[in-house]
Amino acid sequence: MQTIVSTLGTTVIFFSLYFEVFLLISLFESKKKRKELSTLEYYFPPVTILIPIWNEESTIVDTVESLLNLDYPKDKLHIMVIDDGSTDRSLEALQKFKGHPIVEVYSKPNGGKYTALNFGIEKMKTDFVGCLDADSFVDKNALKNIMRRFTDPEVMAVTPSMIIEKPSNILRKMQRAEYSYGNFMRKAYGSIGAIHITPGPFSFFRKEVFQKIGMYKHAHNTEDMEMAMRMQKNHMMIVNEPGALVFTVGPDTIKKLYKQRVRWVSGFLGNLIDYRAMLLNKKHGDLGLIVLPFAAFQIIITFILIGISIHKTGMQVYKYIYQLMTVGFSAPIFDFGWFFVDTSVLSILTVTLFLFIISLIMYGYKTVYGKWRISIEMFYFVFLYSFIAPFWLIKSVYNNIKGVHAPWR
Amino acid sequence: MENKKQIDWKKYVITFFITATIFGTAIYASNFFNNKRIDEIKSIQESISTNIMSSETQVSLLSDLDCQDVGSSMLSTELNSLASRIEYSEKNINNADEEVQQLKKAYSLLEIKDYLLMKRLSTRCNKQFVFALYFYADSAKCPDCDKASTILTYLREKYPELRVYSFDYNLDLSALKTLITISKIKDNLPAIVIDGKAIEWPQDKDSLEKIIKAKYPKDAKVATTTSSTSTKK
Repeated sequence: MQTIVSTLGTTVIFFSLYFEVFLLISLFESKKKRKELSTLEYYFPPVTILIPIWNEESTIVDTVESLLNLDYPKDKLHIMVIDDGSTDRSLEALQKFKGHPIVEVYSKPNGGKYTALNFGIEKMKTDFVGCLDADSFVDKNALKNIMRRFTDPEVMAVTPSMIIEKPSNILRKMQRAEYSYGNFMRKAYGSIGAIHITPGPFSFFRKEVFQKIGMYKHAHNTEDMEMAMRMQKNHMMIVNEPGALVFTVGPDTIKKLYKQRVRWVSGFLGNLIDYRAMLLNKKHGDLGLIVLPFAAFQIIITFILIGISIHKTGMQVYKYIYQLMTVGFSAPIFDFGWFFVDTSVLSILTVTLFLFIISLIMYGYKTVYGKWRISIEMFYFVFLYSFIAPFWLIKSVYNNIKGVHAPWR
Repeated sequence: MENKKQIDWKKYVITFFITATIFGTAIYASNFFNNKRIDEIKSIQESISTNIMSSETQVSLLSDLDCQDVGSSMLSTELNSLASRIEYSEKNINNADEEVQQLKKAYSLLEIKDYLLMKRLSTRCNKQFVFALYFYADSAKCPDCDKASTILTYLREKYPELRVYSFDYNLDLSALKTLITISKIKDNLPAIVIDGKAIEWPQDKDSLEKIIKAKYPKDAKVATTTSSTSTKK
């Protein structure tokens, strides 16, 4: 059993390290190109920003106002709020913008986020469109940084960097570290043309994307991933603009986080199954050959790690119960000193992988804040997530096997 | 508008070599620490060996023995320390089995020497130790050995003057084979010898404790025990 655990653990770490090293090399290779991109001229074409809302009375006004503060010519900016059948006072709150020259508010019967987006895309008159979720806010330079990437006619969509701003509790602090890791990943994926999610908050598209490959779909409630996968399938270029900062709040309770992640992971698995033809397909470059297979492998890895943890904990519990039953209660005896520190190959590799992940989160911070930093939230993310993530992974796999759709809220 | 992708195979190969180098470094580091462990065990063994020789010499030199001068507690502490290190190494150093087995033989030899010395001291200085020799094998050959080890570990903590010497029954060591022969041990394990007399494995803690209690000195003071080396799983 020990050998099986060790072999499985070592295999998992090998693939995980391989993947991280691959992304780092890719980023390193693209350094020169990124430097060139940072000197691109600004470009201000007319653009529409869609805000689909459903019961967002507490945040919608701030979200619209953050868009009005964008450093972008106001005569080129169109903001379209689409109320998807809210039952709260969202529409009343939006009365504040009645008659505003660049803010339009529409209301339609509830049909889901993707229907609200499609509603806006059909109504818009510009060649570029983006979306912003009502729980997110943008940095004033975000839009101009994004739009200049469209000076390359090959670019069909641009994704931003996402930040959890001023996290109020441990859960949100963990998410801030996670989002930093996500920013590293998005930047690395961008460098190899492997972005497979165009996040709901502030991803932008050329209008022709929808004309060529169709509108948003329900897509297991993860329409942002499905759209990116469909674009990749049709060889449309998606890039990342690290200088476009979007602030979001993130769930503040375990229950809300669990629900959000079940939706994300269930949707990811559903879309992965729908687009399985892209897996290990050379036609889709690094996305098909390494990024998507590793994303799928990560789910398996988690189950292996859960198995190893249960085995190790079970062995300790068994040992203690055995001792309790044989001689009754007695204080456990521990051996101290360097001699008893676990320096097996597996342990050294686990620590190496852990340090790798911490470094990548730090890199993600640097991408956003411009400097390296280390904080306690990175450790929350690495250690505490290991305990809670298996629950939503198990539920997501169950949902996919049973064909259950995870709800939005 | 199509973005055709090309695979950079060279990058995949370079990534493989870098990952393999990280693995190689981890293996090297692990071996380095394991070698350090073996060196530490050897160093402790040498120290114990010297101490035992010193004690033996003391016992031989002093015809009119001053028992206060011949210490035993320090030696036992060192044996404990050695036992826990050998036990750890047996479980965790997979690629140095042979070397660990050699160290285990040396440890067993030191145990026998300590046992003989303590018996002499016990007689000459009128110290009332209870000596327990415990013979074990791995759990496949001896299903009850885990239980016996747990009980003996507990008892030697509770009764400081109970000196438990643990031996791997299948260890290829001539001195051990002689000890097994003179102790009249069959291969029915676990086997326990209390004060030179083989007893039948009593199956539970209370029965074994009763036997030890009957022999245990009423005015026991000094805590002197040796650790058991566990059976390798």
